Amino acid sequence: MTAQAQPNSFRTGPDERGHFGMFGGRFVAETLMPLILDLEKAYNEAKADPAFHAEMASMMTHYIGRPSPLYFAERMTEHLREVSMAAGLSGGAKVYFKREELNHTGAHKVNNVLGQILLARRMGKKRIIAETGAGQHGVATATLCARYGLECIVYMGAVDVERQKPNVFRMNMLGAKVVPVQSGTKTLKDAMNEALRDWVTNVADTFYCIGTVAGPHPYPAMVRDFQCVIGNETREQMQQAEGRLPDSLIACVGGGSNAIGLFHPFLDDRGVEIYGVEAAGHGLDKLHAASLTGGRPGVLHGNRTYLLMNEDGQIQDAHSISAGLDYPGIGPEHSWLHDVGRVNYISATDQEALDAFQLCSRLEGILPALESSHALAKVIELAPKKPKDHLMVVNISGRGDKDVPQIADILGVKL
Amino acid sequence: MTKRIEARFEKCRAEGRAALVTYIMAGDPDPETSLQILQQLPKAGADIVEFGLPFTDPMADGPSIQAAGLRALKVGQDTIKTLELVRRFRAEDADTPVILMGYFNPIYVYGVDRFLTDAKAAGVDGLIVVDLPPEEDDELCLPALKAGLAFIRLATPTTDDQRLPTVLANTAGFVYYVSITGITGAATPDFGKVATAVERIKRHTPLPVVVGFGVKNGAHAAAVAKGADGVVVGTALIDALKGTLDAEGRATSRTVDAVTTLVKDLSEGVRSVAKRAAA
Repeated sequence: MTAQAQPNSFRTGPDERGHFGMFGGRFVAETLMPLILDLEKAYNEAKADPAFHAEMASMMTHYIGRPSPLYFAERMTEHLREVSMAAGLSGGAKVYFKREELNHTGAHKVNNVLGQILLARRMGKKRIIAETGAGQHGVATATLCARYGLECIVYMGAVDVERQKPNVFRMNMLGAKVVPVQSGTKTLKDAMNEALRDWVTNVADTFYCIGTVAGPHPYPAMVRDFQCVIGNETREQMQQAEGRLPDSLIACVGGGSNAIGLFHPFLDDRGVEIYGVEAAGHGLDKLHAASLTGGRPGVLHGNRTYLLMNEDGQIQDAHSISAGLDYPGIGPEHSWLHDVGRVNYISATDQEALDAFQLCSRLEGILPALESSHALAKVIELAPKKPKDHLMVVNISGRGDKDVPQIADILGVKL
Repeated sequence: MTKRIEARFEKCRAEGRAALVTYIMAGDPDPETSLQILQQLPKAGADIVEFGLPFTDPMADGPSIQAAGLRALKVGQDTIKTLELVRRFRAEDADTPVILMGYFNPIYVYGVDRFLTDAKAAGVDGLIVVDLPPEEDDELCLPALKAGLAFIRLATPTTDDQRLPTVLANTAGFVYYVSITGITGAATPDFGKVATAVERIKRHTPLPVVVGFGVKNGAHAAAVAKGADGVVVGTALIDALKGTLDAEGRATSRTVDAVTTLVKDLSEGVRSVAKRAAA
């Protein structure tokens, strides 16, 4: 897609019908439409209520452990400066990690879940359903449901149940019921279908806690708002650390909630370069999960967005080493930011992510999630080309502990 | 135009009974068998036929219709081939209304204008697109009405009196009342409540109101026919079809008969309930 005319602000979307340019919308069955309108009303009321924000803030501090640090990754920076030197560039950006992996439950997912669970409580909903891919959103939802005494049902593709066993057990320990989804390709998209089928059936008492900036309006905007704490903190922390804004931001993009949370507060700072990293899987000419790079606009799961699909509009299997990026779509706001050219969407392969995981573990003593390793892979590529006074922030959206069994398996190590 | 639909409801009213509306998936278990079934349905007593457009991610459908769609996709069914089947059906049956039912993405990708032109040329009378609520009428509903195709709306138990006028604003042909909150093929509802629900909708529209979800046999059909202008049956027909497939999911000599036998039972159920001609 060619870049459209640039708007005055990139932060005003969506419109009242949930559109970011041509993307977004409310493509749901009639049964769900009244529920979505109710949710929108309840969210708008909560947004205007200082008591809601006060409760959020208190839980963010004392339960989740925010703010998450903005950490100067000194050894990673030194290493990439050596790489730069070897390439005859004598540059190398100063790399900062936004440490979302230090949040309670180990990822950025909990920021959004806290907001939605507090909203569910305001709406008097007692039964919470969620979909999950890697299991991080499922764990975060199970956690807050335990904290507030709510029933929790998590839909998870049967394939993902198999490759993310530790998280399935964690959800069970937290009192949630994990339902392995056997339909379709048995991954995240099918988990989302099944959650929607549950919601269509249990309309009276159920709140659907969506884990990313996708789904029908108001979800993409609401989840983004809850995740913007990442970017808002980063602005403040960078001001304190360096006395100015960063020069570039990098985050991985599946549905894209950690990325939009970091990006959104900076969208109107035109000097800030922004990079979203999609999962290129085995390579863009093979099986991958890069919807923007390899997809076309279509309609799925309540919104219009870029999708991986065939000529007939049938949704295709995505592939990524990381279950959290293994989705054939992307949040509609990312599709719009791609089309208007504000964010550069690039991609990293399974192998690049695996290499970045290992480098970060050894240099910084931080095991990043395989999802976040995709963003790190592009830091490794881009930072050496930037000058030394370039400030680069990468979102370490989750911790890699959950991936250890899978990585051991790939590296041929028996645990 | 919606003329075939109007004429068919007029005929049922004249016969003093409710209409029988049947749903099967295009291309399930293969294109030729699904066409044979489609052609036999009116002879077995179906008044209106719905033909499913297969989609990989049917978020409002239960396991039976999901599986039917995947069977069709597996043998290469797509929108172009589905329209071709409708054209062949229409060549032999000029009167039975054909409704295409499915999800928006395959239509969107086909191209809305091109789809409407081709569907109309093939002999399609109406569309039911599950994931297009009135809030998205610009996408397909208004262009379809303009092109002379009925855009049939689903009303559900969550569609309250305040919302009904919105749902019924841009529609034609008939209204499809989904009798339960849930996916297709789910639990059988309390058919006694159907008449009350239909009356509520009829206060807002002069269109016929048909009722579906949970109708499995002639007795159910008779129960629904008492309170509605039509009865829709889908999952039960697909289950009957599936029961005849071989281990590889292919049609057998019993496949067409299994569906038409059930349709005859449903038709008798509908015809067992006398309704006053014309309200």
